[in-house]
Amino acid sequence: MSTAEEASVSADVTPVPDPSLASAERRESWRYFLALLPALLLLAALFVYPLLGIVNRSVYKAGYTLESYRQIFRVPVYLHVLGGTFKISALVTLLCLALGYPLAYVLATCRPRTARLLMIIVVLPFFTSIIVRTYAWMVLLGRNGIVNQYLTALGLTDKPLALLYNQGGVLIGMTYVLLPYMVLTVYSVMLGIDPGLIRAAHSLGASRLQAFRRVFLPLSLPGIAGGTLLVFILSLGFFITPALMGGPSDVMIAMLIEREVEITLNWSFASALAVVLLALTLVGFLGYNRIVRLERIFEGRP
Amino acid sequence: MALAGAVLFFLIAPVAIIIIVSFSGADYLKFPPPYLSLRWYERFFGVPSWRQSIIVSTQVAGLTMVLATALGLLASLALVRGRFRGKGAIYALLLSPMIVPTIITAIGLYFFFVRIKATGSIVAMALGHTVLALPVVVIIMAATLQGFDIRFEQAALSLGASRLTALRRITLPLIFPGLLSAALFAFLTSFDELLIPLFLSGVEVQTLTVRVWNSLVLEVDPTIAAVSSFLIGVTTAVLGVSALLRGRREAARA
Repeated sequence: MSTAEEASVSADVTPVPDPSLASAERRESWRYFLALLPALLLLAALFVYPLLGIVNRSVYKAGYTLESYRQIFRVPVYLHVLGGTFKISALVTLLCLALGYPLAYVLATCRPRTARLLMIIVVLPFFTSIIVRTYAWMVLLGRNGIVNQYLTALGLTDKPLALLYNQGGVLIGMTYVLLPYMVLTVYSVMLGIDPGLIRAAHSLGASRLQAFRRVFLPLSLPGIAGGTLLVFILSLGFFITPALMGGPSDVMIAMLIEREVEITLNWSFASALAVVLLALTLVGFLGYNRIVRLERIFEGRP
Repeated sequence: MALAGAVLFFLIAPVAIIIIVSFSGADYLKFPPPYLSLRWYERFFGVPSWRQSIIVSTQVAGLTMVLATALGLLASLALVRGRFRGKGAIYALLLSPMIVPTIITAIGLYFFFVRIKATGSIVAMALGHTVLALPVVVIIMAATLQGFDIRFEQAALSLGASRLTALRRITLPLIFPGLLSAALFAFLTSFDELLIPLFLSGVEVQTLTVRVWNSLVLEVDPTIAAVSSFLIGVTTAVLGVSALLRGRREAARA
């Protein structure tokens, strides 16, 4: 998939009006409409309609009311969950950026052959089930887990450390799961940077560090912005990893939604929470889409 | 450079360690394993409820693959070749299930299927997964179709082939590697996904991921290491076949 090939999927090209071709063109667009129809019907019935159902449920409880929303923004416990979700997401995003940027830089500047091999290491976890990746860290970080086995064997600690079921565990697990998104987004932007510009900077007497700081880094900023936004919005809606690796106080908004649906059975409140999460996600995504195209991530696919 | 190496190690070590400890003979997961055995795999493939969930996952993923590939191929054909208004919006809609948090899609479908009393069925889970797999198919197929030289098809049409014949005899064979790759990723999307079946599966019909979830909530059972390695194996197979297909496609183009 070269970038030139995929330049124009969504470009809205208006056809040149030509009356003699009008009927042929109408037939043509009718055919395309028929081809799109099954997918659109499926999404309408099983995606858009259920989402609208959630919106409706969030304001309907034996009559229309905004009570559930009031509850979210008034009751301290829920505000605390919202704040906690933001905090964890922000920390995970920072960790992903700190770890992902250097890796993306090496991938983008090393020989293409080497890059392709190293990319396997990024992509294999990326396409591995989230629950498997979370389980792997539970095995590593548990009380009798592998990390603690080594720490005790090396005499670094006499009691096993609490690495799991707390915020540290959540941060490690979520960073692990989301890191490939950051690497692939930043990498896709870095690939578009003309290496000639760096060579030009060197020939004009810039040191390696200067060339990086004054030329490469500013040009890679869209990647940083895109990766940061993407990881942040994906973090906001995270469920599996915090639910399995967090402690009782590390409740994130998606976990609250699941609890309200499955245990408390307060579907109206769950729906209001879902609408808040959805709104935050969509705002973040609109920003992301202005910077990097979503399908770029899939270029990491071998 | 050293940092990048450390990050690569951070990415691959957990996956590698899980595969290694799944062959452990010890009662709890030690690394490196004191001695090797296949006991956790025997548990995994021997217990009927685990075997049952492999079948359920395969059925759900298979049905998802067929539905998502068919609908996604048709939609991509229209998106890549058609010239009509609102194309950008339709493309965005088709990709949006990738962005909407899966927990929201899952509870939306749950409310919906509860109302029509259809939870606990393989078809319901597959339909939900088709929503999630469609964007994957559309992205891969759109890229494939853009790399396809439409003049081959035009030549067939000018030689008298019908639209359907041209599609069947010329276009489909040429885009087949991309199509197969899209189908495999659709399969994988479903096979690996937890949240939709977590809400939609019943007591008897459980996918592999739901069973893993249920046992992880209770304790860290070493059998899960074998199950995880199996799932990693499926991912590796999909990535490997897709890489081969891509290599062939690029060789053909060169």
